[in-house]
Amino acid sequence: MQDPMIELAGISRVFGDRAVVSDVNLRVEAGAVLTVVGTSGSGKTTLLRMINRLVEPSAGTARIAGRDIRAVAPHVLRRGIGYAIQGHGLFPHRTVAENIAVVPRLLGWDRRRIDARVDALLGLFNLDPAAYRDRLPAALSGGEQQRIGVARALAAEPPILLMDEPFGALDPIIRRQAQADLRAIQRRTGTTIVLVTHDMDEALRLGDRIAVMDRGRLVQEADPAALIAAPATPFVGALLGGGDRAFQLMALRVVDDLVEAGPAPGAPIPAGTSVRAALAESLWSQRPALPVSRDGVLLGRVTRAALEAQGARP
Amino acid sequence: MSRTGLLAKGALLALLGAFLLAPQRFAGLLRPFAPGDTAPIYTQTPLLTLTVNHLLLVAVATLAASVLAIGFAVAATRPAGRDVLPFARALANLGQTFPPVAVLALAVPVFGFGPLPTLVALVLYGLLPIFETTLTGLEGLDPALMEAARGMGLTDRQRLVQVELPLALPMILAGIRLSAVIGLATATIGSTVAASTLGEVIISGLLTGNTAYVLQGGLVVSALAILIDAAFHILEQGAAQRTGLRS
Repeated sequence: MQDPMIELAGISRVFGDRAVVSDVNLRVEAGAVLTVVGTSGSGKTTLLRMINRLVEPSAGTARIAGRDIRAVAPHVLRRGIGYAIQGHGLFPHRTVAENIAVVPRLLGWDRRRIDARVDALLGLFNLDPAAYRDRLPAALSGGEQQRIGVARALAAEPPILLMDEPFGALDPIIRRQAQADLRAIQRRTGTTIVLVTHDMDEALRLGDRIAVMDRGRLVQEADPAALIAAPATPFVGALLGGGDRAFQLMALRVVDDLVEAGPAPGAPIPAGTSVRAALAESLWSQRPALPVSRDGVLLGRVTRAALEAQGARP
Repeated sequence: MSRTGLLAKGALLALLGAFLLAPQRFAGLLRPFAPGDTAPIYTQTPLLTLTVNHLLLVAVATLAASVLAIGFAVAATRPAGRDVLPFARALANLGQTFPPVAVLALAVPVFGFGPLPTLVALVLYGLLPIFETTLTGLEGLDPALMEAARGMGLTDRQRLVQVELPLALPMILAGIRLSAVIGLATATIGSTVAASTLGEVIISGLLTGNTAYVLQGGLVVSALAILIDAAFHILEQGAAQRTGLRS
């Protein structure tokens, strides 16, 4: 069997006499997104920081692609791992291009390769290279700063990206967009991501797998649907928000598999719409069935009954 | 600095240059302050020579104080250097509170007469402002920024040189400015132990009751102080803009 990209084995961290992380075992497969969710003080950030040795574990082993991370010097290890934090941490005295180029420069890339990479990344994040390259971070909006922060973390094409509340400082609308952009970019690059958040909705939206931390312990690790269906502890249930489970489940699923032949009135919804959004549209427009189309081609219809069934306990 | 401020400083610089190059032309202005028939302009040593020596002494002292104080402040802000902090702070404080005249008196038996005791006094006296502002500059950096720098794989040295010092530079320059301006005034006492400074003119004026000497020595020193202060302000503004924190 192939080694997982990241493997934490019995990892613990004690500060003074307080166990911040206790005996956590976790595997993250290559190309997967793991979101680590918990309240503040749950040890989730410390867990993340042990992967790039910003914090040294008190016990246990962390491996990347099968190799013990203690085998390389911390600063060398970190250059191979992207790292993005809340409030972006951009260098205020460096331009956008210089900020993105930090790790490639440390790795000794030649100038032309760095310039090409900077422009490619700015393009990837929908920022015009000519307009943004030479700006200082202070001249950017919060959302732009955050995008540059993630672009910088991805600059040296690291196989792994660690993110600590990367969208925490953004307003809800920009935050949604940033999450969608991250997913799209991750699908393209295949980067393995570990993302720490206190927001369960964000964890459900972004994670292929979700790890829930509570007072230093890993209490559950599951895919989003399994987590919603069967929270392992009352704490996980509380994080999920209790009453909305049916809607959380619907938000994870898309209408594509529910399409059946038959007529339906009104404007079609596009394939790929979430069950939750489709149900909302059905209720709002008082249509018991909605037409579904892909790229303007009508696929069929989806009925409200079929949508509602998706909210049932699995 | 405002446009008028800049113009005023330019005019002051021109006036100072004119006086130092041809002091006799200003003899008429100082005449009323010289008693009897005594010369209104000090001629024992050319004023230009004294000014250059004075500036050199202060420049060397400020440079040495900067190297020491920045070194202490950097050491004190490293994780391994926490123990240095109380010692460095005590030394800098002592240097500032110990009167320079007393330092001169203590240094002469060791170094003899000449510029060296003055240099020691100026260096000790100049440590504190640079040390304190550098410390403030380094400790005031955004922790998230340092975290990001570490997380990206910068070594301790790279972080210091590429991130910490450039961002603390405006504060460091402010400290050096204070130190240089204080040093400029303090250096005059060096002439009591035979250092060649503008103090020579002032002391000579005091000994002979020639107010004209005291005035010209004092005015040249204060003009120099104002101009150096202005020059550092311009440097600081440039550095602050480079940090991107202020525009």
